[in-house]
Amino acid sequence: MPGTYIPTNYLPVAIIMVFAALVGLGAVVAGILVRPRRPYLQKLIAYESGNPPVGEPRYRFSVKFYIIAMLFVVFDVEAVFLYPWAVAYDKLGIFGFVEMMLFIFILLIGYIYVWKKGAFVWE
Amino acid sequence: MSVSAMLLVFIKTILVVSVFLIHVMYVQYFERKVIGHMQSRMGPMRVGWHGLLQPIADSIKLFFKEDIIPSAADRPIFYIAPIIGVIAGVSSVAVIPLWENFSIANLNVGILYILALSSIASYSVILGGWASNSKYSFLGGLRSSAQVISYEIAMGLSLVGVMMMAGSANLNDIVKAQANGWFIVPQIIAFVVFFISALAETNRVPFDLPEAETELVSGFATEYSGMRWALFFMAEYAGMFVMSGLAATCFLGGWSGPQIPFMGTMSGLIWFLMKLYMFIFIYFWIRATLPRYRYDQLMGLGWKIFIPLALLNIVITGLVKIL
Repeated sequence: MPGTYIPTNYLPVAIIMVFAALVGLGAVVAGILVRPRRPYLQKLIAYESGNPPVGEPRYRFSVKFYIIAMLFVVFDVEAVFLYPWAVAYDKLGIFGFVEMMLFIFILLIGYIYVWKKGAFVWE
Repeated sequence: MSVSAMLLVFIKTILVVSVFLIHVMYVQYFERKVIGHMQSRMGPMRVGWHGLLQPIADSIKLFFKEDIIPSAADRPIFYIAPIIGVIAGVSSVAVIPLWENFSIANLNVGILYILALSSIASYSVILGGWASNSKYSFLGGLRSSAQVISYEIAMGLSLVGVMMMAGSANLNDIVKAQANGWFIVPQIIAFVVFFISALAETNRVPFDLPEAETELVSGFATEYSGMRWALFFMAEYAGMFVMSGLAATCFLGGWSGPQIPFMGTMSGLIWFLMKLYMFIFIYFWIRATLPRYRYDQLMGLGWKIFIPLALLNIVITGLVKIL
């Protein structure tokens, strides 16, 4: 049929994902029939090395994790730009090379700035 | 696509994945044996001949274990987290070529597909850690997500060099591009970056900080028990297989190798499995040898050394190809 593209290559991907989900679900669900279920208070509280839990478990944590997450977005987008460029590299020739060197250079300036600001230092 | 062709694809997929799951089950036997012998022990010996039935016994035991869900847990997320892990771990295997022109799904975006799924796998860890509502789980999940995203950049960038050499992201084409020499030689920097990042990406020793038992009990999996815990475990080992398979395919020529007599196309499978299990053996070897990294060292290594190295590798590869 013209105009409709059916990605038949992706059919096995769909099958494998559904199958994996069924294996995971099946293993947990089928066990209901045979496994014991004897809950009591001490078993159901969060594990804290045998002591009663103190305070909220989701307490404040280091802002570093946010910075890493933000940097990840920047660098990952950069990597996403690099993939199609890498695949088509032979066809782009010298132009493609210079273009990407400029891109990496600009990124490098940002990278050095982030480094100088101490984003990679964990005290 | 006709119905019979679809049925064939269906049977093929289920068959390969089932065999893969048996490999995942038995690799823990292999691990225990390897580490046992490295520590002058025998490893599992009791169940079956030389402990060969040990993985089956373990599975049955886990099947009968009580499924404890902490009362403070965020139930829907707690349920879904290990299953996300299994889906991401198991389905990454689809694009890896097992022998000549055979992979479950021959995708043009093979490498991207694996990278995408390995990102999704980190969701299972952070969601599991968050939903457990326990301090150890929470910290384990946080650490793990920061570690995985940091090393994913280095890993993705190291594979750019391979894609430039092959001119394709299709793993079959990458193997064919290595007919005149494996990429491990021209891409040695990329290989080192890739392999060490893969260790961090799958949370293996020496980068197993998310589940550092001396400080975080069992990290994100602290509150999980029985079969749910086993699913996390399964996802981790499936991830290890995928990373080893990717390393073998991208750097060691995948299924290519001299024809083994009387084996036909299966000779490719044998070569592939030999390379794959070599990497898996190295994983275990490293586990038996190295102590754990410190968290600040780990993040520093990823951001300050591997990312610049991977970028440098891209520049060098580009220059060499231009000249």
